[in-house]
Amino acid sequence: MEVLIKDKIKQVLKGNQNAYSYIVEEYKDKVFYLCYRMIGNRHEAEDLAQEAFLKAYVNIKSFNLNMKFSTWIYRIATNLCIDRIRKKKPDYYLDAEIAGTDGLNMYSQLASDTESPENEVESMEMQETIQNEILKLPEKYRSVIILKYIEDLSLKEISDPLDLPVGTVKTRIHRGREALRLQLRHL
Amino acid sequence: MTCPEEIVEYMHDYLDEEISSDSERILKGHLQSCEDCRNYLYELKKAVSYVKVPASITVSSDFTERVMASLPQEAKKKGKLKGWMMGHPVVSAAALFLVLISGAMLTSWNQGEDFSVTRQSNLIVENHTVIVPEGKTVKGDILVRNGDIKIEGRVQGDVTVINGDRYLASAGSVTGDIKEIDQAFEWLWYKIKTSAKEVSSYITTNSFQ
Repeated sequence: MEVLIKDKIKQVLKGNQNAYSYIVEEYKDKVFYLCYRMIGNRHEAEDLAQEAFLKAYVNIKSFNLNMKFSTWIYRIATNLCIDRIRKKKPDYYLDAEIAGTDGLNMYSQLASDTESPENEVESMEMQETIQNEILKLPEKYRSVIILKYIEDLSLKEISDPLDLPVGTVKTRIHRGREALRLQLRHL
Repeated sequence: MTCPEEIVEYMHDYLDEEISSDSERILKGHLQSCEDCRNYLYELKKAVSYVKVPASITVSSDFTERVMASLPQEAKKKGKLKGWMMGHPVVSAAALFLVLISGAMLTSWNQGEDFSVTRQSNLIVENHTVIVPEGKTVKGDILVRNGDIKIEGRVQGDVTVINGDRYLASAGSVTGDIKEIDQAFEWLWYKIKTSAKEVSSYITTNSFQ
């Protein structure tokens, strides 16, 4: 499949704009899911996914053909989401990291079981809860967890689009998973 | 929990599929005997399973079309030249005009291989050589194409030789300019100058009427 995508990219580089629709079709779901979990809102996620594909197209000349296209588009989409999250940030919020700590935030200072567990939740409500809990993760943990569990990437494959050493990715996944465990254990 | 500290680390390595076989054996052995740790691993697995987006949430069916519609149009093939021409209509028109005109003129240059001379009185033509005889006067311009000219008498006007030589005898005289044109480019330039003169004289004549 990678070969087919590379071939389409070469066609786009030659000026065949229509070849790009094949690439969009191939990656739209993955990119949309990534944006959806990063941003937590369907419409915004679609906007961001669209923006990511547009940005990839405009910069297609700088794409290195030895690289996987997925790595590249995930990097673009993740960065767009992080930019959006930073612009939306309220003055004070619970997942702000406490200065001088690595990954500790106001949430970790709260008792993790303040919400009473409900066994019978409607799936939409449940989804909302899950999304809210994911949004509480600091973005540096959120992005690695999303790349790992939505895009099924290995640690090495996550380290490429985020420009992070594999060791850092590993630590962030462990901490992110730990935080999610505490937040979602009662569901 | 009195479990070894590294057990949780092993769980993460196990979930990342990066656990060594030794550590895996230790982890499995421990889990068999420790319910707390079994529960802990279950909670970790459950938490990440929630990260998957449920199938009920999908991207709009017209997503690809919207992306394609948002792409910049000028990036299309041949779009650059077209875009440039649209941005500079006057320059484009002038460039097109020059290309067509020079094409036409060069064609006339290449086709004009035959000998020809302006019809004037008192001219003698011998084997592609035009002679202005001694003691005679030619009134008017002379244009010789693909031939030579020998001037022994008087010419009251310009003499232009294209693809040929001119010989001016000591007794001969020309009141106007004498020009030899050998190169296609010069021919083109000559044509342009002549056309410009004609156009300007036409404009001048009309504006005075």
